[in-house]
Amino acid sequence: MHMADALLSPAVGGTMWAATAATTVYCSAKVRHSLDEHKVPLMGVLAAFIFAAQMINFTIPGTGSSGHLGGGLILAILLGPYAAFLAIASVLTVQCLFFADGGLLALGCNIFHMGTIPCFLAYPLIYKRIVGDQPSRARLLTGSLLGAVIGLQLGAFGVVMETTLSGISELPFSSFVMMMQPIHLAIGIVEGLVTAGIISFIWQARPEIMEKAAADQPIGALPIGKILIGLATATVFIGGILSWYASQHPDGLEWATARITGNKELKSSSEIHQSLQGVQQQTAVLPDYGFKEKKEGDSGRLGTSVAGLVGGFTVLLLALAIGLLLKRRGSVGHDHSHDHSQPHHH
Amino acid sequence: MSHHIVEVKDLKFHYPDRTPALSGVSFKIRHGESVAIVGANGAGKSTLLLHLNGYLSPVEGQVRIGDYQLTPETVREVRRTVGMVFQDPDDQLFMSTVFDDVAFGPLNLGFTPEDVSARVEQALATVGVSHLRDRPPYRLSTGQKRRVAIASVLSMSPDILVMDEPSAGLDPRARSQLIELLRSFQHTKIIATHDLDMVVDLCERTIVMHDGQISADGPTMEIFSDETLLAASCLEKPLRMQGCPVCSCKG
Amino acid sequence: MSRKIDQAFYDIGHLDTLAAGDTPLHRLDPRAKLLTTVVFILTVVSFGKYEIGRLLPFFLYPAVLIGLGELPLTFLLKKVLLVSPFVIFIGIFNPWLDREVMLQLGPLAISGGWISFISLLLRFTLTIGAALLLIATTGFAAICMALEKLGAPQVFTVQLLLLYRYIFVLIGESIRMMRAHSLRSFSAKGRITYRVFLQMLGNLLLRTIDRAQRIHMAMLSRAFTGELKIVRQFRFGYKEICFLVGFSALFILLRCTDVTALLGHLVLEISR
Repeated sequence: MHMADALLSPAVGGTMWAATAATTVYCSAKVRHSLDEHKVPLMGVLAAFIFAAQMINFTIPGTGSSGHLGGGLILAILLGPYAAFLAIASVLTVQCLFFADGGLLALGCNIFHMGTIPCFLAYPLIYKRIVGDQPSRARLLTGSLLGAVIGLQLGAFGVVMETTLSGISELPFSSFVMMMQPIHLAIGIVEGLVTAGIISFIWQARPEIMEKAAADQPIGALPIGKILIGLATATVFIGGILSWYASQHPDGLEWATARITGNKELKSSSEIHQSLQGVQQQTAVLPDYGFKEKKEGDSGRLGTSVAGLVGGFTVLLLALAIGLLLKRRGSVGHDHSHDHSQPHHH
Repeated sequence: MSHHIVEVKDLKFHYPDRTPALSGVSFKIRHGESVAIVGANGAGKSTLLLHLNGYLSPVEGQVRIGDYQLTPETVREVRRTVGMVFQDPDDQLFMSTVFDDVAFGPLNLGFTPEDVSARVEQALATVGVSHLRDRPPYRLSTGQKRRVAIASVLSMSPDILVMDEPSAGLDPRARSQLIELLRSFQHTKIIATHDLDMVVDLCERTIVMHDGQISADGPTMEIFSDETLLAASCLEKPLRMQGCPVCSCKG
Repeated sequence: MSRKIDQAFYDIGHLDTLAAGDTPLHRLDPRAKLLTTVVFILTVVSFGKYEIGRLLPFFLYPAVLIGLGELPLTFLLKKVLLVSPFVIFIGIFNPWLDREVMLQLGPLAISGGWISFISLLLRFTLTIGAALLLIATTGFAAICMALEKLGAPQVFTVQLLLLYRYIFVLIGESIRMMRAHSLRSFSAKGRITYRVFLQMLGNLLLRTIDRAQRIHMAMLSRAFTGELKIVRQFRFGYKEICFLVGFSALFILLRCTDVTALLGHLVLEISR
């Protein structure tokens, strides 16, 4: 359930990005000042572990469907919230760039759902509270289950909020919620069970690892995390309200432009609009053309007039041609031997 | 400056769960010597090596490297002098390119970027991998990785090279190239290995370990001819000496 | 055996290889490419939901990059297609929910829902494509370094680099583990059960934690004191400025004026 750029408006996407960037800076500072330099390689390889683990599917007993690990909670347990956040953020960044999971703008949202929420909400407020400093098998299971389920529910809810506030998708809030939450309940249960299973395994095989992890994050050392949660939640809330407000008006950029220039639409587009109507009336090549206006003020944004379609095709052809031309020129010019020293090493 | 470059006195070490690892190890190594440390698995070779650059601290006993008694304060200086190459090159090459890995050490020591570049180029040339400079580690063969790992240590200009199983996993060609390379080094060399034939080619002196103690310390050929000693330490003769009419006649 | 993990290994490796290409585009400072991509994505995403025509000129950017960078179109298209299901799934509700007719093409009445759906798909292709092209022309390590030079915290960029370095190692270990499992599993299709999964991952996790310790040891042996330093010299010169400013200006221009309609007008005029 990755958020996608295509479903985001700049306002919502930008707000989430700001919150995530701030969290990243904060966590980086925390990790740096913790003087725990053995964490540096540990963060790196554990992130790689989660990355690889996410690609191993297993069959869920009883259902026959396949599941896989998310990993946020496990990382939080082993690394502590700050380092775990950075680890998860790094995994999502790699997935975004290499697997096109969502997109660059949506990365801010995705890191929020799968990083901030597990590390700063599910882990400290649920898992740690239940498990405390003396884990027992039952507490591990309960803590993991509840932490995973609630974390994923919040994440899914976040996706719904962001999509609805962005206004690109037509899905009404209620239907989307009804769809997302139950699915993620199931996913959360699986995640919780797997988390508990792996953590118990580690605990039994090498208890000193868990002891060290628990000692690194004593339950009393997390009040600052709460402040962070508060800040992040406030940012999201305010950002959400602002973007909802912005999306009530013609979309953000034009709203700003309208405010600045004082026109509802940019002058140029309304001139083109007029001339286009003139063209249509004159040419009348294909009768029964026209475009129905959806609502007031949308006519300027509707690039789907005839000329628009024709222009669209032309543009695409042009783009393709340019691309091919460049490619061919490039491969012709490649016959000479090229200099192996890359500029950025000296 | 003392005569010996490495001096270990009565070193004792056990793990936090009380498993004994080293029960009183003592030896001295001179400048430029090539010493092999051999023994069965679990004899304590790797544990001993880890004391030589301060990663592990002795429970009892002392380690002196060059002019420095090894203490938490002198550890940083010692690590300039002792270049350690570990068993698994994937653990040692943790940067994105060969260049970055070889530059890691000198950068940490505080050299300027120009100095660092110069050192890197020289180290790469010494081990013969200059052409791999911009390669990411996952695109290297095992032999190449080992050489880059050595280069990553050479760039710090250590006086002492400590190596743990350098020839493991290498194909015959890579292995002989490695031996040639190591032979050309002037550094003091301390090599823990199972590859006894390499020891014959490379090290004039051998220390045999067994159960956390030194059971023999002397010229390599003498030790490898002593079958009783070898058997007691769970070792065998180097392959080239087995079935050799001359060596089999002795003891 | 084409499992998700084998495919992933191939994909990342392939994109990495593409990024090592030697074209003028590849040689540009990564910061220029990163910033241009950001401007691109922001402008594309800022369009209203019923825009189609005005989005089309934006395909010029990927076309130019693919051309200049000599990148394989089919490979990239396949990757984009592979991740489209979620967006399609969400977007397909649009035509269903938004039935008010917006455009008449002769006898064909096209509802707003279909228009916004197509717009969604276009947006998707453009934004996802831009991210992929960034990686294929720049390479992950260079992007991390660009991020650092642009102000990202060093701890995070180092984390990205270490992750990238060890992804291949961990994926390799996972593949070997899964292979060993499938060689010994005699159940139907050799699928991994939940219990086995826990064991596999548990063991892998322990080995990973041990590896982290060994890496730490290796770092300390080379005088590591807590901060990973990297030497990189970048040059942000004339070419980079042209690239960044040129494309950004183009995107903003396309955002503010309806070039498509203009062009269409021109074509229609000429065809008369």
